[in-house]
Amino acid sequence: MPDVQSAAIIVTEGLTKRVTSPEGELTLLADIDLSIFPGESVAVVGASGAGKSTLLGLLAGMDTPTSGRVFLDGVDISALDEDGRARLRAARVGFVFQAFHLLPNLTALENVMLPLELAGRKDARGAAGEVLERVGLARRVRHYPKQLSGGEQQRVALARAFASQPKVLFADEPTGNLDSATGRKIIELLFAMNRERAATLVMVTHDETLAQRCNRRLELEAGRLKGTL
Amino acid sequence: MKRLALALRLLGRDWRSGEIRVLALAVVIAVASVSSVGFFIDRIQQLLVRQASVLMGADLAVTADHPLPDHLQRAAQQRGLRTAETVSFLSMVQSGGRNLLTEVKAVSEGYPLRGELRIAPQRLALDHPVKNIPAPGTVWADERLLGEMALQVGDRAAVGDATFTVSAVISHEPDRGGSLFSIAPRLLMNRDDLAATGLIQPGSRVQYRLLAAGDTKALNTFRADTEAKLGRGERLETVEDARPEMRTALERARQFLGLASMVSVLLAGVAMAMATRRFVIRHLDNVAILRALGATQSAIATLYGWQVLLLGVAASTVGCAIGYAAQALLGDVLGSLAAAELPAPSWFPAAEGMLVGLATLACFTVPSLLHLRKVPTLRVLRRDLGALPAPSMAAYLLGVMALASITLWQAGSLRLGAMVLGGSAATVAVLALAAVAVLAVLGRLRQHAGGVWRFGMANLMRRSRGSVIQVVAFGVGILALLLLGVVRVDLLADWQASLPPEAPNRFIINIQPEQVKPLAAFFKDNGFDGAALFPMVRGRLTAINGQPVLSARYPDERARRLVEREFNLSWARDMQADNSIVAGHWWTAADTGQRVLSLEEGIAKTLGIALGDTLTYQIGGEIFSARVVSLRKVAWDSFHVNFFVISPPGALDTFAASYITSFYLPAGKEALLSRLVRQFPNATIIDVAAIMAQVRQVIERVTLALEYVFGFTVMAGLMVLYAAIQASLDERLLEAAVLRTLGAGRRQLVVGMVVEFAGIGLIAGVIAASGAAAAGYMLAEHLFHFSYHIDIGLWWWGGMGGAAAIALAGMWGTRFVIHRPPWETLREL
Repeated sequence: MPDVQSAAIIVTEGLTKRVTSPEGELTLLADIDLSIFPGESVAVVGASGAGKSTLLGLLAGMDTPTSGRVFLDGVDISALDEDGRARLRAARVGFVFQAFHLLPNLTALENVMLPLELAGRKDARGAAGEVLERVGLARRVRHYPKQLSGGEQQRVALARAFASQPKVLFADEPTGNLDSATGRKIIELLFAMNRERAATLVMVTHDETLAQRCNRRLELEAGRLKGTL
Repeated sequence: MKRLALALRLLGRDWRSGEIRVLALAVVIAVASVSSVGFFIDRIQQLLVRQASVLMGADLAVTADHPLPDHLQRAAQQRGLRTAETVSFLSMVQSGGRNLLTEVKAVSEGYPLRGELRIAPQRLALDHPVKNIPAPGTVWADERLLGEMALQVGDRAAVGDATFTVSAVISHEPDRGGSLFSIAPRLLMNRDDLAATGLIQPGSRVQYRLLAAGDTKALNTFRADTEAKLGRGERLETVEDARPEMRTALERARQFLGLASMVSVLLAGVAMAMATRRFVIRHLDNVAILRALGATQSAIATLYGWQVLLLGVAASTVGCAIGYAAQALLGDVLGSLAAAELPAPSWFPAAEGMLVGLATLACFTVPSLLHLRKVPTLRVLRRDLGALPAPSMAAYLLGVMALASITLWQAGSLRLGAMVLGGSAATVAVLALAAVAVLAVLGRLRQHAGGVWRFGMANLMRRSRGSVIQVVAFGVGILALLLLGVVRVDLLADWQASLPPEAPNRFIINIQPEQVKPLAAFFKDNGFDGAALFPMVRGRLTAINGQPVLSARYPDERARRLVEREFNLSWARDMQADNSIVAGHWWTAADTGQRVLSLEEGIAKTLGIALGDTLTYQIGGEIFSARVVSLRKVAWDSFHVNFFVISPPGALDTFAASYITSFYLPAGKEALLSRLVRQFPNATIIDVAAIMAQVRQVIERVTLALEYVFGFTVMAGLMVLYAAIQASLDERLLEAAVLRTLGAGRRQLVVGMVVEFAGIGLIAGVIAASGAAAAGYMLAEHLFHFSYHIDIGLWWWGGMGGAAAIALAGMWGTRFVIHRPPWETLREL
């Protein structure tokens, strides 16, 4: 393993994703080499269809590359099966989505408890309650997602993402479904919690001001990285 | 028109994307089930009529005590009906110095119009069917006549003034009906020879019959015309007057089939309701986009209205075609049931199937589709807007009402329909309540469960509303399957047991009191134990409560005939096993010699006799009065000797009685009969083996046909399961994707889902088993009148079968959920 991998928390080597479409083979990502270091906050930017979300899915091990490798916290996730990747995610990764993706039939508390329960944590309820308090929803733990506003839903999602104390937090357009004022609050919270927990943040965004708040930006163009590491 | 075209295009797109396949499939199965059962019942009914026709030798008969006017026969022929005439009377037949009172039947060319005549060339020779009637100058005699008069084929016998050559032994005539126990030996002769006998004189007791057969329409018009013009002593007989034991068997067959088809409809309705909901949920976004593109509410309503109509018509047509094909295959099964060619089914069941398909679809989809009209345009921006409200009873009220009406209609009987509906409603309520209760208990237990169990139970709990709905849906499905599988087998077994293979097939009548002991000894010596002999006294009912009985006072044809003929009265100390008291009480030892009676409930109803009434009989010139103290239900199809009127011992002893018995004669033991006749020459043996074989054949064929129809019910049950899984598929996909993202392993997902599905299956199965046992008991006790034995295995099959089946089906139905990469799902939803 090269030296950089021992220091970096995420490393990719020749990461490529191709899909077959009716028009023939389509290259979504081509030959991506990058490294992300612990505690860094990285914005992935680019035009629609540039491959931002595809890259995020591959980095998080939610999708498999056509070729190339991804190392997450020193583990070659391209060599793991789906279950192996799931275990890795449970232990080290948190997620925030544009569409929140809370389970509609679970209360706010139960949604936050889920990753803890999956990891077999006995104190799931207590731990989930604490994180919800941190995001300012202590009084809404028993509410179902549809009883919450968009901003509140995203705060539950943040709580869920941070509940398992991940080393890396992936965020896919976290403010995309929110109005700008609510979006700003969510971003403040996200950065604050990220700092508190010393997590690494990888965020896909369209929002240039948001991108600027990150330590670094990776710009994608037609499936290729623009600029430098 | 533009909208119709657009609707058609949208429907095509939905079909290609698989959106409406479940809905279409549910309609297809419902319609196929209803129409195949409809086609089948239609044919069975036609068969029923044909079977009955065979027993009558015609489709219709006009009977009179005087020669029938010629215009009647001409009228029948003008309508294209085939006709034949018979003239029956009792007369002495003489030969070689012996005389025997014989029932002579003179028949015209063409007789019988239905069924077949069978003759044998010699006594005890093999018989064969014939198309002709005795040639002029010849007669055909039955075995009894030849035996008792020591005649052989070729001998001559005198009837009145004419002498005939016996040219064959008659072994079977289809219309040898009437009372089985009052027929004398038979002689069949040509109608043209009748005048030569000189027996037909004014005042002779003669029965004239005009037989008619042909197509139903002609028969109906002839019947209507004739009925209005019937003169005194003239009577119209139709197939409804056919043998009661056959009718009982076929009536039961129809009830079984009706039940099977109803359950298919109910299940298909549930599947449709579930599929529609999914269809609507998946179309919320489309509608929002259409609205954003400028479609008005009415445009959307019209568009989806057309879609439902097109889908309904297309799916119903396919369903009808499948139903028709299915019953065509059934034709092979049924072909052997009918003696002649099988009647083609009418087109009514197809119309019935279309109607059921469209009505059910409309009633279940319209309430949900109306919601589509109201989807706010803003949903294109905010997906949480305009979500479909949770299913409420009100939304499905229309569908439930449609199903209820169809069920009542299909049942053909308010009572049967109400029982099935009431049972279904109660089952749904009990299933729902029990599901809520069990889930509440699980909720508490969940705290103590560990690992994946906890997660699976959590799934059940977290989806509690959905879990209750699924328990109810699967429960109804499992209940129907248990009812049709296990309970049906039990019911059929009980039914067949009511006509065991060794049911009596021979009756002996005319046994004299002094022959009772020797006959019992004869039976014992020949290895026939326990053939009970019953005394029989013939008497005419003359008064009820002192009021003279006049046949003209009864509007009912059957009642008039009953009071005109003599009753067979009997006495017995104990009630027979196939009888049961429905009112009053059976006598005790203290009632011996008392003038009390027990009446069969059917005859009591027909003649308007109530408990406590006093009946007066004229028995051989003497008067006998007695009070009715009990009413009995009699299982006539048991083929045991039974009586309408019974008194306790000692009451009728003073009157001249003869005895009657019935017994089972195994095939190949016929030699016993000739020994019996030699020893007891006056005793008359009546063979009912042929008619019993017919009844048993009907039971067996119908059972076979039922298994066939049952196939559709199983498919409808699986459809509910499939629809239920489909309905929760999107939710499960999203949930699985989120869980995987959060780090759940495949095993965790699988075990969690297995626990959830098996839990639902187990709860549904156990509750359904209880429901099936209750329904089976109700059906057996109140409808089919068997004693039904509840089987503990029901709960085992219900619970374990339910858990295993739902878990397997659930895992199969959700296999994409497990195997799909989470990123794919999350980006789609």
